[in-house]
Amino acid sequence: MYMILIGGGNVGIQLAKRLKALGEEVLIIEKDAATAGKLANLLGEEFVMHGDGCEVYTQRDAGFNRADVIVAVTGEDEDNFVVCQLAKEVWKTDRIIARVNDPSHEETFRQIGIEETVSATGIIYNLIVQQISSDALVPLAALHRGNIEIVESVLSSRSSLVGRRVGDVKLPEGSLIAYVVRDGQGIQVSSDTVLQDDDMLVAIVRVNDAEALRQAICGKA
Amino acid sequence: MNVVILGCGRTGATLALELSARSHKVTIIERNPEALRRLGKQYPCRIVLGNGLDEDVISKAGMDSADAFFAVTRGDNTNLMAAHIVRSKFPNAKICVKVADPHRAEAYRKMGLFCINPSGLLAGMCRDWLTGEDYKGIDSYNVLPKELEI
Repeated sequence: MYMILIGGGNVGIQLAKRLKALGEEVLIIEKDAATAGKLANLLGEEFVMHGDGCEVYTQRDAGFNRADVIVAVTGEDEDNFVVCQLAKEVWKTDRIIARVNDPSHEETFRQIGIEETVSATGIIYNLIVQQISSDALVPLAALHRGNIEIVESVLSSRSSLVGRRVGDVKLPEGSLIAYVVRDGQGIQVSSDTVLQDDDMLVAIVRVNDAEALRQAICGKA
Repeated sequence: MNVVILGCGRTGATLALELSARSHKVTIIERNPEALRRLGKQYPCRIVLGNGLDEDVISKAGMDSADAFFAVTRGDNTNLMAAHIVRSKFPNAKICVKVADPHRAEAYRKMGLFCINPSGLLAGMCRDWLTGEDYKGIDSYNVLPKELEI
C-alpha cells in the first residue's frame, strides 16, 4: 500500500514512523524546509518530500495518482480540507483520512465526501465530559454513514434501570443495549439480563434518539 | 446590494471602499485588527472581527441577507474552505474566491466555484498591453494558460 501523509508535525511524524515500521510505502510531505530536513534525517530521505501538499504540482510529483491512502494531518483545517478535496476530485483517491482540529468543521468535511475524520479536540472533550458528568451518554464512535452512534453510560445507583430486566425497559425505538461491562468483563445483553448499579452500558442509537436514550438510562428512580 | 468580504488585505479593503462608495452595504470579516488601517480613518463599512471559517462569525457578518460573498484573504485554502461553508449554508449568494495558485483555481473552477486567479489576470493583461492587443473580458484572462497545464 502506498500512503501519503501531508503535514510533518507531531501527528505526521509519529504516524510515518509507525507505518514505515510496518513495512508500508510511506511518503510524508512537509512545507517547511527546516522541518522537512529534520524529518529526512529521522526517517530517511526517500520517505520525505519538501513541498506544499496543497499544490497540484506537488501532488503529481508525490504520486497522488497511485496513492491508496491520503492522510491530511496538518494543524490547519483549511489546508487539510483542500488536500482532501483535491485528492477526491482531481486524483480520485479511494481512501482519504483527515485530521480536523475544530470539531465544528467535521460537518464541512462530510459535505465534500470525507467521512473519515479524526478530531483530537473532540476525543479529549468526550473523555473530560465522561469524567465530570456521571449522568452522561458518552459517544464512543459516530458512524456518520448510517447516522448512528455507539455510546456508553455508567449506571448510577439513582437510575430507574437498576434492578430491572433489560426486556422490561422501554428504550427509544431503534436503540439497543448491546453489552454490559461489569467487574471488568463484557457481558452480551439479553432480555433477561438484570441491570446493576455501576454497570457500564454500551449501546447503539440513532443520533437523533441519543437524548431520549440518555433520559431512559439516566432517569432517576 | 449587501456584500460580505472575508479578508481586509489590499484586495478586500479596496473592494470594500469601492463598493461602499457606490452605496452598497459592505461587511468585512477580518481577524487581525491591524489590517483595518487599510480602510482609512473612518470605516465606510461594518466590521466583524473573527475567523472566517467559524460559522458563527459568518452569520454575524449578516450572510443570511447578503447577495454576495468575496473570500479574498491571502490564504487560498482559507478562501476555498470559507467559500464552501458559505455555499452550503447560503446557496443563493454569489460567491467569488481569490486563489493565487493557478492550478488550484482551475481545479475548483471545475467544481463549479468562481475563482479569480490574480497572477493569471495580471500576466494576461501585461501580455496584451505589451503586444497592443485589445483587452478582453475577464473570462479570457481568468483561465489556466496552456503553458501551465500539467
